Amino acid sequence: MGKFTLEEVNDRYVDVLREIGNVGAGNATTAIASMLGIRIDMNVPKVELLEAAKLGSAICPEDEIIVGIFLEVQADIEGSMMFLMKMDSARFLVNKLMGRDAEDEKEFDEMDLSALKEIGNIIAASYLNALSTMTNLVIMPSIPYIAVDMAASILSVPAIQFGQFGDNALFIQTEFGDDVMINGYFILMPEQDSYEKILTALGLSL
Amino acid sequence: MSKVIKVGMADLNVCKSPDIITTIGLGSCIGLTFYDPVAKIGGMVHYMLPDSTQMNSSANIAKYADTGIEALLRKVLMAGANRGRLVAKMAGGAQMFQVSGMSAVSNIGERNALAAKAKLRELGIRLIAADTGLNYGRTVELHCETGDFYVKAIGKPIKMI
Repeated sequence: MGKFTLEEVNDRYVDVLREIGNVGAGNATTAIASMLGIRIDMNVPKVELLEAAKLGSAICPEDEIIVGIFLEVQADIEGSMMFLMKMDSARFLVNKLMGRDAEDEKEFDEMDLSALKEIGNIIAASYLNALSTMTNLVIMPSIPYIAVDMAASILSVPAIQFGQFGDNALFIQTEFGDDVMINGYFILMPEQDSYEKILTALGLSL
Repeated sequence: MSKVIKVGMADLNVCKSPDIITTIGLGSCIGLTFYDPVAKIGGMVHYMLPDSTQMNSSANIAKYADTGIEALLRKVLMAGANRGRLVAKMAGGAQMFQVSGMSAVSNIGERNALAAKAKLRELGIRLIAADTGLNYGRTVELHCETGDFYVKAIGKPIKMI
């Protein structure tokens, strides 16, 4: 086991994550724009480092319902990743994809959830591709898993993952959109030795 | 009027009648309470991980089942609860994503619940109610006037255990 902790994260690693966020969001934007047939712009992503125990309220109030898409990753890097969206963003994307009125507020059915899973899958793959390209490491994502629940409950998953080897968590916030801005949050959770692999591949070993 | 005391993630606190102690949106974490029905004193810990001894970072004792439950016990006793009368209830320990079981966190909810049972057995405190597992988030409340423990989940009726 390595001794890597996020407390030792330096500015250059945050820069690298921001770059992964940038390229990943760029890829995701292109993919979603062509899938939905709309024009989409994106903003520069923000990388945030915060206390793992505060993750539950990092993107919205703890009891607000959000959508979380979770994938496990393996091959050169082992771990998992999450992509999170607030309900308004998720609704907008599903309604677009299903050809419904943008304001439609009906509850998600099975079809909607599987559409969301697919969107999450595309977005996740976009980020993982960016990471893979930058590090030259092979990264294989699992199928996507979805949960629609309270923010604190969904965010307990990354909080616990980060909590295992420190008290801080890192996530990337991206915004893309056209008339409506889609707010997405990307969380990469490599296992401890995989962190070191990523850092080494980037020439940033501690 | 009763006050509502909020417990965050990796946090614990005590509560006296008529107040209510709550934690919002438990996922794989566990919200465990102690309650003395005579003194009407209770407390809650919201821990994230089952075992502090396997971790290389254990600065926050409320983060782990073993150290968190012990710390909660000390705190409710200090607040005036009687150890012999204490009973425990808990909720949470869900598996938020139905993953195949490859990663270390895939069964963390279940391990969190088991850790509580082991610790309570060791301390000799009875677990009289639990609502754990499955795949959804829970908000819980302990009402210190009655000892009632409420579990709220999205799209489900409120449960009292």
